[in-house]
Amino acid sequence: MLSTPTSADSSAGVAAAPILTVSDLAIQFKLPQGWVTAVDRVGFELRRGEVVGIVGESGSGKSQILLALMGLLAANGRASGSAQFQGREILNRGGRELDAVRGSAMAMIFQDPMTSLNPYMRVSDQLTEVLTTHRGVGRAEALAIAVRMLERVRIPEAGRRIRLYPHEFSGGMRQRVMIAMALLCEPSLLFADEPTTALDVTVQAQILELLADLARDLNAAIAIVTHDLGVIARLCDRVIVLYGGRIMEQATIDEIFYDPRHPYTKGLLASMPRLDDAVEGELRTIPGQPRAAMGDLAGCPFAPRCPLKVDRCNSEPPALQRATSGRALACHESELTP
Amino acid sequence: MSDVLLSVQDLKVHFPLARGLLGRSAGSVKAVDGVSLDLRAGETLGIVGESGCGKSTLGRAILRLIKATSGNVVWLGRDLHGLDAAALRTERRNMQIIFQDPLASLDPRMTVGQIIARPLKTFEPGLGKAETERRVTAAMQEVGLAPEMLRRYPHEFSGGQCQRIGIARAMILRPKLVVCDEPVSALDVSIQAQIINLLRRLQKENDLALLFISHNLSVVRHISHRVLVLYLGRVMEVAERDAFYARPLHPYSQALISAIPVPDPKQERSRRRIVLQGDLPSPLDPPLGCRFCTRCPRATERCHREEPALADHGGGHLVACHYAGEG
Repeated sequence: MLSTPTSADSSAGVAAAPILTVSDLAIQFKLPQGWVTAVDRVGFELRRGEVVGIVGESGSGKSQILLALMGLLAANGRASGSAQFQGREILNRGGRELDAVRGSAMAMIFQDPMTSLNPYMRVSDQLTEVLTTHRGVGRAEALAIAVRMLERVRIPEAGRRIRLYPHEFSGGMRQRVMIAMALLCEPSLLFADEPTTALDVTVQAQILELLADLARDLNAAIAIVTHDLGVIARLCDRVIVLYGGRIMEQATIDEIFYDPRHPYTKGLLASMPRLDDAVEGELRTIPGQPRAAMGDLAGCPFAPRCPLKVDRCNSEPPALQRATSGRALACHESELTP
Repeated sequence: MSDVLLSVQDLKVHFPLARGLLGRSAGSVKAVDGVSLDLRAGETLGIVGESGCGKSTLGRAILRLIKATSGNVVWLGRDLHGLDAAALRTERRNMQIIFQDPLASLDPRMTVGQIIARPLKTFEPGLGKAETERRVTAAMQEVGLAPEMLRRYPHEFSGGQCQRIGIARAMILRPKLVVCDEPVSALDVSIQAQIINLLRRLQKENDLALLFISHNLSVVRHISHRVLVLYLGRVMEVAERDAFYARPLHPYSQALISAIPVPDPKQERSRRRIVLQGDLPSPLDPPLGCRFCTRCPRATERCHREEPALADHGGGHLVACHYAGEG
C-alpha cells in the first residue's frame, strides 16, 4: 500500500511545500549493446499553481522523465531514484498501486492526439470511462460532467460532438479532447508532452491560450516538455534546461531568458531565429551535432560542443550548484552568483 | 538579382476524388488553385502557410513531380509542361529538391558516397570513378561533411548531417534552382541555424534560386528575399521580406505572424495577439467568396460573396483582400 498522503497540496502559492519532489532520477534502456543511460541525476520540485517548462533537444531525455513518472516507460526501460507525489513514492510502483493516482490526481497530455485517443471508441465513452473508473459516478452523471469539460476546453456543440469518434475531429479539436480527458478528475499534477508541436501555428495559438487560462484556474502543478522556447516564454514560470539527459540549468523564466548562465542555454537562445532580430549576417549556431550515442559518460554531456570547455569537462561531470532562490547550474566554467 | 528564372502562371493542381463502385468523380481537392509567381536567379522566395494550404504540392508541381491540372511553368523562357520526357530530363539537372525528413529521403542501403554520386551517374554517365569520387568529396566538404564518411550509411548520421547529405546531393550538379520543402522542420533548434546558414552561403556562392517552403515564419524571415502566403491553394499576399514582416496587409498574414510565440517572456506578456477562431476548412469544400472569410476577424458580407483579386498595394506588395491595410 501507499503511505498516507501528507497535506502537501495547500494553495499558499510558491512558498508552499512541493507537490512533487523528484530526486536523483536516472533512466536506462536495454539495447543490444547493453544498458544505456538516457537520463541521469535529475532532481526537481513542482508546486501547485506553477507551470514548469522542461526544454531540450531530441534525445535529451525530456519526454522520458514524464513517462517514467507516469509509470509508462517502454518495456526495455528502467528508472531509479525517487519521486514523491503528495508524500507518496510513485516511481516504479506497480500498475494497480499507481492507478490510485494516475489519471485522477496526476494526468498527462500527449503530443499526438490522433494516436493517443482510441480510434474505435466514441469520445463520450473515452471521457466517461475516466470518471466511472476513478470517481465511481454513474453513466448519466459522467456524461454530463464530460460535456461540461468539453465546453470548458471550448469545443462548440459539445453535447452533440461528444458522440463522435476521434477521426471526426480536426487536429486542434482532438488536442482539446485530450486536454479535457486529462482534466476530468481535476488533477493536482498535470504533465504535457509537446502539447502543441503537431498543430498548425494558428491552432497552436488557440491551444496555448487555453492552457494558459486553465493553468490559472486549476491551481495544479503543470510540467510542459517542449523544444520550443517561444512556448516556454508564453506559458511557464520556471524552466529546466536538459542536455544529454542531465539538468544543465534551472531558473525562473526571466532568469533563463534575460540572464542565462549555462553555455548551452546561451547557445540555444542565440541560435533561435526570431521575428525581431537582425537578419543580416549569419545566425548564431551551436557547432557540432546533438549527443547521439547514449552511454555512460565521464564528463559533461555538452563538453563536445561547448565554447568554454576545459580539460576537466571531459573527465568530471559538473555538480549541480544550487542557490537558495532555487536557481541551479551545472557547469565547471560558469558561476551561479554574479 | 537578374532575369526571371522561373515564372509560374495560374497554376492549378486538382486531385479528383473517386467515390463509389463505379469510381465516378465526386468533385476534387483543389490543392493549388491558380497560383502565379516569379523567381529570379540568386533569389529566395519563402512560401508559407499551414498544413493543407498546398505549399508542398505547389513545389512539386513546379518541378513536374506532380502533374498540374492547368497553368504554365515557364523555365528560362520555355514552358516545362510542353516538354517531352527527354527535354524535361535535360532541364531537370538545373532544378533539384531537398525534403523535410532527412533520413527518409536517403536510400538506407546506399552509402553516402553512392547517394551523393547518384545525380552524376544520371546526368554525366561517362564520368570516371576517380573523377566521380573527387566531385563527391568536394560536394561533401562544401556542405561541411568530412570526406572520410564517404563509405558510411545514412543511419549512422544525425538528422542535421542527413540533411547535409541531401543538400550535397542536390548541389552536386550545380543547379540553378533548389526547392526546399520544410528543410529544417525536423531538426533541433541549434541544428536549424547551421542548415539555414549553409543554404544562404551556397546561394551566395552559386547565384542559386531557392523556393523555401515552410510553416515557420521566423525561419522564413532569415532566408527569404520575398514571402508568399498561401491559404487553401490561393495566394493571400506576396511581398518583399522587410515590408511583409513590418507591415503585413492581409488579415491572415497578420494572424500568422502574431500567433508565433516569441522567445521573450516580457514581450509575450504584453503582446497583442490575434487568435483566429476555428480550424482550416476542408480543402474539399472551401468557403465561397474569400477562402479565408470563415476565420477572418474582419470578414463582411461582401467577403462571403466575392473573392478578392490579388492587387498591388505599392512596390509589388500584392494582397488579396477587399479591406487590405485598413484598420
